[in-house]
Amino acid sequence: MRVALFVTCFNDTLFPGTGRAVVELLERLGVEVEFPEAQTCCGQLHTNSGYADDGDALVERFERVFADYEAVVSPSASCVAHLRGHGVERVFELTEFLVDVLGVEDVGATYPHRVAYHSTCHSLRLLKIGDRPLRLLRAVQGIELVELEGARECCGFGGVFAVKNADTSMAMLSDKLRHVLDTGAEVCTSADNSCLMSIGGALRRQRAGVRTVHIAEILAARE
Amino acid sequence: MKGFPAAAHETLQDAQLRRNIGKATSTIRAKREHAVAEVPDWEALRDAGAAIKARAMATLPEQLERLEASVTRAGGVVHWARDAAEANAIVAGIAHGHGARQLIKVKSLATDEIGMNDALAEEGIEAIETDLAELIIQLAHEHSSHILVPAIHKNRAEIRTLFERTIATGEHLGWEAKDIAEAARRHLREKFLTVPMATSGANFGIAETGTICVVESEGNGRMCTTLPEVLVTVMGIEKVLPEWRDLEVFLQLLPRSSTAERMNPYTSLWTGVRDGDGPREFHLILLDNGRTDVLADEVGRQALHCIRCSACLNECPVYTRVGGQAYESVYPGPIGAILTPQLRGLGEAPTLPWASSLCGACYEVCPVKIDIPSVLIHLRARVVKEEKSHASPEHLAMAAIGKMFASPKRYERAQRLAKLGRGPLAHLGGSVPILSGWTAMRDLPDIPDQTFRDWWRAR
Repeated sequence: MRVALFVTCFNDTLFPGTGRAVVELLERLGVEVEFPEAQTCCGQLHTNSGYADDGDALVERFERVFADYEAVVSPSASCVAHLRGHGVERVFELTEFLVDVLGVEDVGATYPHRVAYHSTCHSLRLLKIGDRPLRLLRAVQGIELVELEGARECCGFGGVFAVKNADTSMAMLSDKLRHVLDTGAEVCTSADNSCLMSIGGALRRQRAGVRTVHIAEILAARE
Repeated sequence: MKGFPAAAHETLQDAQLRRNIGKATSTIRAKREHAVAEVPDWEALRDAGAAIKARAMATLPEQLERLEASVTRAGGVVHWARDAAEANAIVAGIAHGHGARQLIKVKSLATDEIGMNDALAEEGIEAIETDLAELIIQLAHEHSSHILVPAIHKNRAEIRTLFERTIATGEHLGWEAKDIAEAARRHLREKFLTVPMATSGANFGIAETGTICVVESEGNGRMCTTLPEVLVTVMGIEKVLPEWRDLEVFLQLLPRSSTAERMNPYTSLWTGVRDGDGPREFHLILLDNGRTDVLADEVGRQALHCIRCSACLNECPVYTRVGGQAYESVYPGPIGAILTPQLRGLGEAPTLPWASSLCGACYEVCPVKIDIPSVLIHLRARVVKEEKSHASPEHLAMAAIGKMFASPKRYERAQRLAKLGRGPLAHLGGSVPILSGWTAMRDLPDIPDQTFRDWWRAR
């Protein structure tokens, strides 16, 4: 099977390790991965900031760039939700692709750490990916999954929200951090690096000794 | 108006308020989830609610004329008010006509929206709140912080102190809720029996029959709608339902979503006037106050479907942190963030469409499926187009970023600049001054030496 990777501008620039993990993981599962280099951004930044025309233009651009592919896989639930919300089909969030298209739950990963999974709002409520990430994580060798209190509640990131309403964002993040720290996890993971950048940035600031890791990197990890 | 960020900055400092609201909303959230799970056809009910509201709005002029005819036939008097000033003048005129210096009120958002109490005070008429929480707010000279539970930001001890200072002076009230409530009962009972005029809002107005419906928990509303000689209802025009049978859907959706009850304790329904039973005179004021403007916006108009249950407030991670005061409106929370700017005009509340992380929790619980996140995004676009200067730094930056994303070449150049902490893509990582709110609490990620695409090409 041949798929195109939509790595997202955010991961391309700030979290390349996540993109590398997706490639490793998919290739290990026998998928042929291509990376159309003309790709940039899905348009969510513009649309959610009130620049709908620019956002729409980027969605159209996306469709042109990926027109030749039957399936596009992306390690960002938020960007996939944005594209799907704008009528783009054939785009899969990574865990959706693994469980629904490839039909695998055990991807052969080993990750001997205590991990808390944060279900991001867009994966939960826009994509409705449900427990797919958890099913994948449960099959990982050596992992110790712990439950996060208030797991369904927003971490306070919200893109432009974290900038325009920084005080409120911080109040939400404070509660999320408390719940993460309460679990005693070493790692907090999710299907979106944007939320993890917010949670992880605060954990780093606190020198909390807890790190954030995208789910693709856990699923790609071997002994 | 301070605007949402500044108002929230203030309310977030209030640790007591954070605790009170957090505790109250988490309790009601759990109860609502349970109450909704009991109904096997809940999703079908939501669809039905949304469809009935959409139909009512699509045929609004016709439904309002039907309502006017039905109410008139039943002996009521119907008034039309374009705005707050007209509505208040009608209420004051009725009060003056009866020589009423006081009136008692059923809890009503419409009358709060038009600032009726203050307007009547200027006319020498005292409006007395009879809902317990509204009474607390009135005595404290504060503003409501929740659609359903206006005093949600206050705890029991604070209310006890307030009563001992106002309606129970010289007394020592007990610490139990019933002891504190008893002071309000004594105060209100006397008003119910002596004040000759009452006002109410309306949860629903049935075009077919001319019946007005108010749902409540305390029984004060029943007192107000039955004891006084004169009853005046101020109803937003969007509260009209075409048919009597439509109530079946909403009387299931509303209590479970708002108070998490299977049925609310008091459902008052009245149709005009009736000899020897209830008020001698009934007036219905149909209030526009911006609603037809909202109706003109194809995306935004679904805000008019709201039945004021407040489930979206209780669920919202923003509201439950900042409380109702931060929204500077009678309508707080997610629904307020889409309703207030539309009712007052975008320029009057331009920050509210951004008062959301777009987490979608509000949409998930809305009993009439108002897609609040989509309306927020739509209103953001309207604010940017209609209210902001096209030469603002934000406009210019967004245009530059848009241009950069339109071309892989420019995008890759921006990635190279970002490694040096410069250019539009560095903004994503947050190394610009407008992101001081970000860095107040969070470290920025290090910008990696190698982008993903660099790695891809080199592999």
